[in-house]
Amino acid sequence: MDITSLTAVELGKKIKAKEISVVEAVKASIAQIEKVEKDVNSFVTLDKEGALKRAEEVQKLIDDGKLTGPLAGVPVAIKDNMCTQGMLTTCSSKILGNFRPMFTAEAVKNLEEAGAVILGKTNMDEFAMGSTTETSYYGPTKNPWNLEHVPGGSSGGSCAAVAAEEAPYALGSDTGGSIRQPSSFCGVVGIKPTYGTVSRYGLIAYGSSLDQIGPVAKDVTDCATVLETIASYDPKDSTSIRRDSYDFTSALVDDVKGMRIGIPKDYFGDGLDAEVKENILRAVKVLEEKGAVVEEFDLSLVKYAIPAYYVIASAEASSNLARFDGVKYGYRTEEYEGLHNMYKKSRSEGFGPEVKRRIMLGSFVLSSGYYDAYYLKALKTKALIKKAFDKAFEKYDVIVAPAAPTTAPELGKSLSDPIKMYLGDIYTISVNLAGLPGITIPVGKDSKGLPVGMQLIGNCFEENKIIQTAYTFEQTKVYEAPELAKEDR
Amino acid sequence: MAKQYETVIGLEVHVELATKTKIFCGCSTAFGGAPNTHTCPVCTGMPGSLPVLNKQVVEYAMGIGLATHCDITRVCKFDRKNYFYPDNPQNYQISQLYQPIARNGYVEIAVGDTKKKVRIHEMHMEEDAGKLVHDEWDDTSLVDFNRSGVPLVEIVSEPDMRSSEEVIAYLEKLRTIIQYLGASDCKLQEGSMRADVNLSVREVGTQEFGTRTEMKNLNSFKAIARAIEGERERQIELIEEGKSVIQETRRWDDNKESSHAMRSKEDAQDYRYFPEPDLVPIVIDDEWIEKIKEKQPEFRDEKLERYKKEFDIPQYDAEILTESKHMADIFEETTAICGKPKKVSNWLMVETMRLLKEHSMEPEDISFSPANLAKLIGLTEDGTINSSVAKEVFEQVFEKNVDPESYVEEHGLKTVNDEGALEEVLKEVIAKNPKAIADYKGGKEKALGALVGQTMKAMKGKANPGMVNEKLREMLN
Amino acid sequence: MANKISDETIEYVGILAKLELSGQEKEDAKADMEKMLDYIDTLNELDTDGIEPMSHVFPVKNVFREDIVTNGDGSKETLANAPLEKDQSFKVPKTIG
Repeated sequence: MDITSLTAVELGKKIKAKEISVVEAVKASIAQIEKVEKDVNSFVTLDKEGALKRAEEVQKLIDDGKLTGPLAGVPVAIKDNMCTQGMLTTCSSKILGNFRPMFTAEAVKNLEEAGAVILGKTNMDEFAMGSTTETSYYGPTKNPWNLEHVPGGSSGGSCAAVAAEEAPYALGSDTGGSIRQPSSFCGVVGIKPTYGTVSRYGLIAYGSSLDQIGPVAKDVTDCATVLETIASYDPKDSTSIRRDSYDFTSALVDDVKGMRIGIPKDYFGDGLDAEVKENILRAVKVLEEKGAVVEEFDLSLVKYAIPAYYVIASAEASSNLARFDGVKYGYRTEEYEGLHNMYKKSRSEGFGPEVKRRIMLGSFVLSSGYYDAYYLKALKTKALIKKAFDKAFEKYDVIVAPAAPTTAPELGKSLSDPIKMYLGDIYTISVNLAGLPGITIPVGKDSKGLPVGMQLIGNCFEENKIIQTAYTFEQTKVYEAPELAKEDR
Repeated sequence: MAKQYETVIGLEVHVELATKTKIFCGCSTAFGGAPNTHTCPVCTGMPGSLPVLNKQVVEYAMGIGLATHCDITRVCKFDRKNYFYPDNPQNYQISQLYQPIARNGYVEIAVGDTKKKVRIHEMHMEEDAGKLVHDEWDDTSLVDFNRSGVPLVEIVSEPDMRSSEEVIAYLEKLRTIIQYLGASDCKLQEGSMRADVNLSVREVGTQEFGTRTEMKNLNSFKAIARAIEGERERQIELIEEGKSVIQETRRWDDNKESSHAMRSKEDAQDYRYFPEPDLVPIVIDDEWIEKIKEKQPEFRDEKLERYKKEFDIPQYDAEILTESKHMADIFEETTAICGKPKKVSNWLMVETMRLLKEHSMEPEDISFSPANLAKLIGLTEDGTINSSVAKEVFEQVFEKNVDPESYVEEHGLKTVNDEGALEEVLKEVIAKNPKAIADYKGGKEKALGALVGQTMKAMKGKANPGMVNEKLREMLN
Repeated sequence: MANKISDETIEYVGILAKLELSGQEKEDAKADMEKMLDYIDTLNELDTDGIEPMSHVFPVKNVFREDIVTNGDGSKETLANAPLEKDQSFKVPKTIG
């Protein structure tokens, strides 16, 4: 039996049935990591010893009947911007290269309570700023489908780890598409929940008003199960929402009869790769055949989402990242003259170019005299974008969109032109601005053999509609893993 | 003729609120404690931590806003104020700029017989910074975050004051109001009340304001008065010399009685405020405001008028009794027990004030119970002890809050009313003082005083002086 | 309208952001920022008159804690990652008093 090819829920069942022990499950992941990690580089930190020790503890709790949930004993990889007590948490930055948090992020804690075993921390774009995982201080992650290509980002490490079967599932975070876009590039499933559904306590902030933690896995069932586990009302996060229901697995139903699906024309015009478009529209056809009601419409305001996003996210980031100053934790420069020189040198040496670029932009747009023109304007644009979605959801249950204009680009081709790179986020960013849930599922491959994902966007608190739609489509195809994951099998 | 100048002053007053916990986390606000013991991820700016607002902070701020006739902002929000400094762990302070908790208020002050209104522009809630200690040994500074996150209310006045007397009257007024609310102890020396002075000068008769400076580091009323004088003179001198005043922040050095600019190239003073994304708006409805209003205490001005009317206490005495709410509370509670307002007032005005001064204490520090003061008054009223014994007992009440009844009992301090015993002592005194007797009989009334004194001494102060006097005359005549 | 970022502006923003950019980094930052601002200026095409700025997507309000002490001595955890420490405090270059 090949343990690593199982989904998280399948593995959980076998552990529960005592067909596989937790230690065996963890060892299988470690073996796969040892086999592919030198090529893929999904992890910043691996904790083999800790994971094996924890595996034994969890096994005992399962044996004692104290852990009965679907994820008990299943290994997991955590994006390196979520605090894990005592375990390095670097945000893929030099400035946090030696940082060991003294508490664990609420979402991770929820997983631990459900019996998860943490394998390690996954690579990402530095402080989640980027769409390729190339801005990591610890080297880029490669796409398991083709090592010459990027896995996407910023949760590239989490998505690559799942695709390469180094971990059955992973946690990512999504500020402007950072779960949905790399899930698409790596051929896996990822959910960005409604803002406020998963606690941000312990998530190292990039853009506080946009950040959400979500699951990455091989299928929709896993994602719904993980989301059900990590979602909670958390009094430690003032923006946490007390939802009526945290039941997402009841939406795992193979039925889209009468589901109203909207196709925004503005998302399928110029700038979208023909093969990506073709694959998505074919998937929509499948849904239509299964009874969904599909209609095209004008969403409007699409081109304003990116500039509004970069003003808001950069402004918040410039403030959120001010705390990294060499005083309380993290990197402090070796030599300095006086306080301000220490600040400047520590930060300039500790942050990479993309982070500095966004801190500079954010500081500028908030500086005296510019607040109204940039920040306030962006917040008003956000209000209009939210309104446009509210209007769309009066007519549709689900909006279909690409997750990115193309499939995964080649390594080293994206960072030179920031605007072009930012344009890659066009289909994902407005979802964050409007606080909506979104899911990406693999729908096919392009002629280069790279995965194409489809994004389904739901109204606020209506994860279940996109989960049901995604699940229904998923029943029509078989999950495909990259060759790299399957070698020597 | 030399030009006449007018000083224009506005104040920014920071008050540390008397909550048990910090504004955004469950750490204690208690003073003291070894460095960084009252800290957690939130108040030290650990990555991933998030703030959650202490409700009591909002209620104290509303109370102060209402007491100073402000409009309470119905949708109030927090903003981030961004600046780098090691005592500021996140390198931003959570404060309020765009929608502060209260606006457009005033307080009435009196200097001499002149009354005036000082308008309040706005007041907002924010978090305090940590403490920096300078380490002389290796030329570094040490950061302690115990104070980081202690809640503050900043009260910003309009530039309505014209002299240091007005400034101090304003500060005293604010302090009394806030102390009455129990929202802060407002101690300048300990930093629980801090005032920054915005000052400009202009020629008398001019309408426009001059360029102002902001003066920091003022930790006593005296320092404030000296800083105002110093800055006024400095600005006038500049103007007379044809130079201009620069808008800047200055730090007052009270030992040198001078100030220096705090500017540096690295302090751009561009705070890049924006709405705090980690905190949600505070929406205040009528019902909540009414609830806070119901809880407001009777403030000093009303109390003072009531004392005059209800207890027939003179203006001056009523002022002293109501200066601190704690003192007023003791007055009222003691009066309620013993029913003798004048006597209570007398004990507080004379002996209590004397002992406070002697121990360099504030009225807030009074620790005896009204019940014990009432008992003491009872003992003097019914003649159980005489007034000099009463003073002695009161010192014990003041210092240790002893029960006067048992103290008098245990120490045998009751006045001796036994005529036989007194006669015995008097006989002895008369026998020993033939000269004084002769003087008295010769018409010197004063000589009697010395005899009474000796009698009291012989009876260890426990005699009733009136009775001694009477009996002595009787025996000599 | 093309935005122009001066050397002084980059210098000033560097002070605000506490970043020290090398000569080339400064030139790149200027060019990047000009391009980004031109791009952001497309927002000016939108009529946002009378639109309420939206900082929170959901109308959540009045989230409070009660005034109860829940934390004990946190000094060990607080100082665990300190680059430099003395007397149970964070050690920093001397601040001007």
